[in-house]
Amino acid sequence: MSEPTNPEVDVLDAQTPVVPHPTDEAGIDTAVQAALAAFAAATNLDELKTARLAHTGEKSPLSLANRSIGKLDKSEKAVAGKLMGASRGRVNKALAARTEVLEAEDAARILVEETVDVTAAPRRRRAGARHPLSTLQDRVSDIFVGMGWEIAEGPEVESEWFNFDALNFAPDHPAREMQDTFFIDPVDSHLLLRTHTSPVQVRSMLEREVPIYVLCPGRVYRTDELDATHTPVFHQFEGLAIDKNLTMADLRGTLEHFARQMFGEDASIRLRPNFFPFTEPSAELDIWHPGAKGGPRWIEWGGCGMVNPNVLRAAGIDPEEYSGFAFGMGVERTLMFRNEVPDMHDMIEGDIRFSEHFGMEI
Amino acid sequence: MRIPLSWLREYAQVPAEATAEDVMAELVKVGLEEEDVHRPTDEISGPIVVGQVLSIVKEEQTNGKTINWCQVRVVPEGQEQTLTHEGIDPSGVQGIICGAHNFVVGDKVVVTLPGAVLPGDFKISARQTYGHLSAGMIASVRELGIGDDHDGILVLSRIGLDPELGTDAMELLGLYDQAAEINVTPDRSYAFSIRGVAREFAHATGTAYTDPASLVVVDEATAPGHPVVLADTAGIYGKDGCDRFVTRKVTNIDPSLPTPPWMASRLSLAGMRSISLVVDISNYVMLELGQPLHFYDADKLTGTITVRRASEGETLATLDGKTRKLNVEDLLITDESGAIGIAGVMGGASTEVSDATTTVLIEAAHFEPISIARSRRRHKLPSEASKRFERGVDWEIADEAAQRAVNLLVELAGGTATTEITDAGTAPAPVVIDLPAGFASALIGIDYTEDQIIWALEEIGASIDKSATGYLVTAPSWRPDLETKQDLTEEIARLVGYDKIPATLPTAPPGRGYSRVQSQRRRVVAALADSGLTEVLAYPFVTKAQNDTFGAPVTGEVPAVKLNNPMSSEFGFMRTSLLPGLLNIARRNHGRGFRDLALFESGLVFLPGETLGTASIPPLAIKPSDAELDALYAGLPHQPTHIAAVLTGHDSPVAAEHTPRVYDWADALDIAKLVSDILGVEVVVAQGTHQAFHPGRTAALSLRDGTQVGFAGELHPKLLAELDLPERTVAMEIDVDVLFDAAADVIVAKHISTFPISTQDVALVVEQGVVASDVLEALREGAGELLEDIALFDVYSGTGIEDGKKSLAFGLRFRATDRTLTADEASEARAGAVALAAERFGAVQR
Repeated sequence: MSEPTNPEVDVLDAQTPVVPHPTDEAGIDTAVQAALAAFAAATNLDELKTARLAHTGEKSPLSLANRSIGKLDKSEKAVAGKLMGASRGRVNKALAARTEVLEAEDAARILVEETVDVTAAPRRRRAGARHPLSTLQDRVSDIFVGMGWEIAEGPEVESEWFNFDALNFAPDHPAREMQDTFFIDPVDSHLLLRTHTSPVQVRSMLEREVPIYVLCPGRVYRTDELDATHTPVFHQFEGLAIDKNLTMADLRGTLEHFARQMFGEDASIRLRPNFFPFTEPSAELDIWHPGAKGGPRWIEWGGCGMVNPNVLRAAGIDPEEYSGFAFGMGVERTLMFRNEVPDMHDMIEGDIRFSEHFGMEI
Repeated sequence: MRIPLSWLREYAQVPAEATAEDVMAELVKVGLEEEDVHRPTDEISGPIVVGQVLSIVKEEQTNGKTINWCQVRVVPEGQEQTLTHEGIDPSGVQGIICGAHNFVVGDKVVVTLPGAVLPGDFKISARQTYGHLSAGMIASVRELGIGDDHDGILVLSRIGLDPELGTDAMELLGLYDQAAEINVTPDRSYAFSIRGVAREFAHATGTAYTDPASLVVVDEATAPGHPVVLADTAGIYGKDGCDRFVTRKVTNIDPSLPTPPWMASRLSLAGMRSISLVVDISNYVMLELGQPLHFYDADKLTGTITVRRASEGETLATLDGKTRKLNVEDLLITDESGAIGIAGVMGGASTEVSDATTTVLIEAAHFEPISIARSRRRHKLPSEASKRFERGVDWEIADEAAQRAVNLLVELAGGTATTEITDAGTAPAPVVIDLPAGFASALIGIDYTEDQIIWALEEIGASIDKSATGYLVTAPSWRPDLETKQDLTEEIARLVGYDKIPATLPTAPPGRGYSRVQSQRRRVVAALADSGLTEVLAYPFVTKAQNDTFGAPVTGEVPAVKLNNPMSSEFGFMRTSLLPGLLNIARRNHGRGFRDLALFESGLVFLPGETLGTASIPPLAIKPSDAELDALYAGLPHQPTHIAAVLTGHDSPVAAEHTPRVYDWADALDIAKLVSDILGVEVVVAQGTHQAFHPGRTAALSLRDGTQVGFAGELHPKLLAELDLPERTVAMEIDVDVLFDAAADVIVAKHISTFPISTQDVALVVEQGVVASDVLEALREGAGELLEDIALFDVYSGTGIEDGKKSLAFGLRFRATDRTLTADEASEARAGAVALAAERFGAVQR
């Protein structure tokens, strides 16, 4: 068919489309097919917009054909209206479908374009850390609080009486010297830096009502030069239980429970005879550490025993009515073998790498 | 205490193949602590054999020395050398150069052959010297590491030995022996002897034990011995300083006789040097029986020996060559010439045994432990003797020990025993302990049978009488540590075995969990770590200058707790501020290449009060009176918990497309505010001054009631330069106990209004010197109840603002609890706020 020019059509294409008669089924179908083809050919939303303007815009053949219905005879109007309605419906439906496809493609493309290198992300918040010696003390405290015990604390500069005499260290006994004590000047003030957290046990007995079940964590001092395994400033946790009919079996049971909380269900403990002025009988405590570096083995962990009656007397507790047990371990030592810390220097120097490696976890 | 196994074997059943480690493992079971093992063979190895000097050619050297070119036979006559090593002659005769001259042809000597190694990693080989090939060495005891003999070559005949040539000299000299070193707890004085350790070994292994004391037959005295008077009139705690003093005399001693190798090697393995035969015998008996002895040169004694306390001003020249001023508390051994020894601690020079001594007076005494301990401390003279005396020696063993020494002096030193014996003193009453029948079982948690109880107590040497309620136990004389039924219970428990103790878990009464302060402290330190700070724990030892700088806002001397015996005299004080330690750690980290740091510490500071300590302290085993306890508490320095932080560098690491923020003074202040926010305590911030901080960038923090809380801001630039810390390092320190205390017990809920918010901004121009918080406070007050919140969001000075003034911009949020506010109501409240700011500070709206 020849293609007459239509001055009303402002075409984008080089070729000006022919406006079919609104009852010309074939002509209308050609225009519809042209529209569908153009939509299908559009590869992005811009091209689709161009195709939409060309085939559904005011000057598109279908629009113009539709507009010409008004000039038709009444008999033709119904036929043309039906034909045009259906045809434009097909075109709009195709347009909507193609729009949806291309919009989805476009959205997907934008997401792809927004890709970042997640491995190059900056750290915007500094991760802080507790010192592992603190976290370990907290963990130990949690275990005992879980057993109904309470946490007791006391001063680090302490009276000699609380540190020694109340704990049955006789004034001239060699055991007193073995503690390598820092004394406060002048020495006749009878003050010192506590050499163990045991003074807190005495304070607890004086301040609390029996029965008493307390754990005393804290910082202690001895005049040891700093080396790989010693430091003049270190930490201990000590436990004290005073009640009626407490036995050394209760001590063992408590320590075993604690050891398993700290080192797993395969951990166990061993008691060996030893001497401490404040307990009788006394024992050295070894732990069977299933996860020890180089294989499971016994490791010296601390001291323990049944509270010496003289200690109870110093706190005004009748040793004939009550008995008790006590135990104590070093926090540094525990951290050393539990977490494989090779050198004491790492714990005391405050190098941020040491603490930050542990974060908030022990 | 080091235990040579050969010695232990004399009194305990130690298997022949047992090593020092095996022995130690057994001893650990009964309560001795393992310390170390010692083996001469770790330092010395053969071939070291017996040789005989065949010929000596004296050759004078150009340096004036004469050396001996010796031919030494090291295999029996007629036999061939079976040892092979470069330098060992198949003929069995070695050519050896020797510089010593104390031997002659025919002497049997110890030859270290090529291939041997002597202590100090001294490798023996054949080498050219003085024009000969010297193939080995003729050894002295010093070279063999078993003594200090200065006489030169060890000539075997002089120590009574005549072994076959080629005999392994290491065997001969006891060098294959080994020692277990154990740590003896302060209560177990008797384990400072072979006698005690052998008994413990028997306990541990359930094997037979021979008491070495039982092998000694004490001579009957035929006449009184050296006159001795025990005259202590000032015993410490009223206890007699000396309650036994045994003397024995041995005459005709040959001072030239050397110590036999078995004794020398045992002493050496036990950690004591061999000095001379007489002195060695004294030490040998002490190690074996636990009784320290003192030997006097009897010819140097003047008349009666008196044991008494020192007089004022008395002095003594001790055998270490020093003249010591004596204290009236020192217990002395004296004769009619004056003091001849500090009892149990050190003897005097005037009566010391020497190379010329032929008559020895043996002292075997029993001294009161506290007296010895105090003298030892006072004169700083720790010794093997004082160590034993101050832990308690067996009263009964003095005469047996003296006899053992007599026997050895006769046997080895050619002496003649005399039976003029002194044994002064009175035996202490035996310690009898009432042990109720069920006591041990009730304390340990095991049902011990009567058989077990009696067996265990008899094993340790106690004697037992049954009583109506249990047992009357007489403690053995060598166990002064046994005083109570608890002590006996430990003996029963350890002999039956600690491993038999079952495990039961006692039930504590319902607990109250963490105390309020404990929970508060945990929350605060966790929050600080959560917000990016790293916790450190510094030593609390500081210098006086550090306390004076950081411990108070203004310069001057800061009262501080001083250590009497610090690790270093410089760091001789307890901290009054956490900052010195924290800054030290900051510098250390900085030095290790960490430029961005945010550190904090939570710990005690030590602030002395009016009184420091107490002039005396109550005794042990008695509850002090309330007044005494109050005095003890009052004498302690105030020890509040502080929290301090130091920040320098950036808040986060540099990264691609990320510019980290530089920490400044406000970060330090922010940390303090974080702590107070967490605790729900209002902290008032004001311009502050502190000598350690930048004078214009310091916030003083206090409670609303004026209680000081602490400081935060930028550290003083001069101080930072001195401390070699980065410029603009910021810090804060607060007394967190004050905040804990101020925190409300119960927080009353706030009414939450759901009516709309009405926001209004206002910019006010004020003098530069006016601080933002004051203006904010005025606005808050002037705005009245409708004001829900107010915040400073801009500070500006420059173009558009008069010189010397600044503009502060605030955002105000108004809301009513019961209605939607009209614009007029909000504006009216705002106007009220501005009016009060204008009134107080001349603030003018921009």
